[in-house]
Amino acid sequence: MSLALRHRLGALWHWIFLSATIAGVISLTLMLYNIVNEGFGYAVIQPSVDPALVLPRPMDQLSNAELLAAIEDNLSQGAYQKADGEKPFAARTRAELIAFVEERVVEEKAVATWSLTDSLLNGSRIRAEAAKNYPQGRLKFLSWLNLDFVARAMSSNALYNGIRTAILGSFLVVLLTIAIAFPVGLGAAIYLEEYAGHSWLNRLIQTNIDNLAGVPSIVYGMLGLAIFVRALASVTSGAIFGVADSNGRTILSAALTMALLILPIIIINGQEAIRAVPNSLRQASYGLGATQWQTIWHHVLPNALPGILTGAILSVSRALGETAPLIIIGASTFIAFDPNNVFAKFTVLPIQIYNFTQQPQDEYRNLAAAAILILLVLLLALNSIAILLRNRFSQRLQLL
Amino acid sequence: MTLQTEAAATPRLTSERPQNLYGRTSLRKRPRPLESLIQSFLFLCGALSIATTLGIVYVLGQESLQFFTNPEVSLTEFFFTTYWQPEAGEYGIWALANSTFITSLIAMCVAVPFGLGAAVYLSEYASPHARNFLKPTLEILAGVPTVVYGYFALTFITPILRAVFGVETVEIYNMASAGLVMGIMILPLISSMSEDALHAVPRSLREAAYGLGATRFEVATQVVVPAALSGVTAAFILGVARAVGETMIVAIAAGSGSLFTFNPFKAAETMTGYIARISGGDVSYASLQYQSIFAVGLMLFVVTLTLNIISRRFVARFREVYE
Repeated sequence: MSLALRHRLGALWHWIFLSATIAGVISLTLMLYNIVNEGFGYAVIQPSVDPALVLPRPMDQLSNAELLAAIEDNLSQGAYQKADGEKPFAARTRAELIAFVEERVVEEKAVATWSLTDSLLNGSRIRAEAAKNYPQGRLKFLSWLNLDFVARAMSSNALYNGIRTAILGSFLVVLLTIAIAFPVGLGAAIYLEEYAGHSWLNRLIQTNIDNLAGVPSIVYGMLGLAIFVRALASVTSGAIFGVADSNGRTILSAALTMALLILPIIIINGQEAIRAVPNSLRQASYGLGATQWQTIWHHVLPNALPGILTGAILSVSRALGETAPLIIIGASTFIAFDPNNVFAKFTVLPIQIYNFTQQPQDEYRNLAAAAILILLVLLLALNSIAILLRNRFSQRLQLL
Repeated sequence: MTLQTEAAATPRLTSERPQNLYGRTSLRKRPRPLESLIQSFLFLCGALSIATTLGIVYVLGQESLQFFTNPEVSLTEFFFTTYWQPEAGEYGIWALANSTFITSLIAMCVAVPFGLGAAVYLSEYASPHARNFLKPTLEILAGVPTVVYGYFALTFITPILRAVFGVETVEIYNMASAGLVMGIMILPLISSMSEDALHAVPRSLREAAYGLGATRFEVATQVVVPAALSGVTAAFILGVARAVGETMIVAIAAGSGSLFTFNPFKAAETMTGYIARISGGDVSYASLQYQSIFAVGLMLFVVTLTLNIISRRFVARFREVYE
């Protein structure tokens, strides 16, 4: 092979290796593009109840009193009182009343949706299509991700669906998970790094933790289903604490399962952080007469803390995005009430996204995109904190 | 840490401590109940991991045992037939295992070339500036929740496949799009593990090859990659384990309802997809269907555990040579 050919071959492969790397970046970009593309765009909104039947005149010509009368006439007694209890109708502004009539009386629904690129590039075609196919409806540019979507409870109408219950559920599950997993994981990491000798038992524990990190999350879900949901049902349902009307499929079961899942990650990261603490610190402490625990508590842990916290935050983001084990232990698909204690039924953000993808209607695809955007923002925030901590940590190590 | 003090030098301190034959005192022997208590607690934290493993083995084993001892199921049927229709009492694991195999194969066809290519580029070619941008980007890809990948497969890759190969050929739910996206998900795992392995190859090997007149490409492919081969293999095996255990992507994009087919454009349920679908519904705890998910789960656990252990062996061998 001539030298020139070898160099040309080298240049070609340089390009191929670079494209392989770029392919990863492109996939990430496409994924984000796809989500944003589905999260915004035109939608045709159309009442599913003919307004002429329930309203005397077109809505914008009605007075507040007439709107109130329409609401009272068309809602059941119970539904009216419930809505009045949330916020008295007398205290609502005109805009709020109109919104309420749109949602509950004429029951507006999104009947057709378009993606963001489509909406931006083919605006005139979409307007023509909407006017032709849906003469009753009105075309509106929607941001599916909006404050109402975050703040509203679940609804069977996609247009008025919200993910407040799912966000609260995620928050409670993750909080409880980390409260359980962090102390235990840190304890195990300290034991393995500072106390464990080379006995067979300690080697077994170490190998075992490494292997547990590779067990598929769905298997943890099955463990949780059999142990926490079924065998320990009286504890996880809160029955022994006097909570009636519940089974084992609660926030507590979810958090215990999730804790077992992220435990190996916390332990392995914790071990690395503890191992990075220079031995001279320990020896200095022993030299001054400190006991082993005093040395660990006052010298090793403070120095390893940023590294430990980084690992903990990364495991929290794992827990936040994990779906499969929670499907197995039985997250609920529809919850009417916000979860308010650890024995409540729950749903979490990724489960809601999964449920949205299971719906055949187009508008649920937009809802899923909006929910994904929220999930990604939460994850991004968590990871930024982890990176900040890591940077502070490396600065401190340079000072030592 | 053994601290020993001359008894004669510090008589006052040694008075209440155990002394050995030579008149020396060992600080270690002084009983410290609190310290031992803490140590036992920390040991329990570590031992919890063993309890977890035992729990998994017990739960999967016990329910599977009930499944296999049921007269409606036979081991030969389970391991040697290709129909999985729990409603009709047919339990042939190959219908599910085959889909798992196909999706994982497609995933590896994407992840191995791209992952290894990216690893070689990052380790051997990239300028520090490019590395600082590319590496974190791939890490972001690794942090995206799998449910998001599933959404991407269903709403982006599937329409593209259907546009390219025809709506009749490609079903709405199909193994190909799930496999392709699973490949993208595994790519960062393979690239980062392989890059670590390539990075650990001693500089002297590269210098020697350059000294003999090799080009950068020849050094990378004929010296560095072969030297790091066991580390790279470990990354591949771990990638396979990840693909086999992946649930959300296949549950969303590969369809429900088992089918024994080698056509990647058909909908076919994988092992994980079956477990997720059955346990997501309201199935009674005593039913055979409920027990069947544990039998499938046991297979899954055995396969992924074996792959993990093999992968770890390769890493250990690699470490032995270079670290």
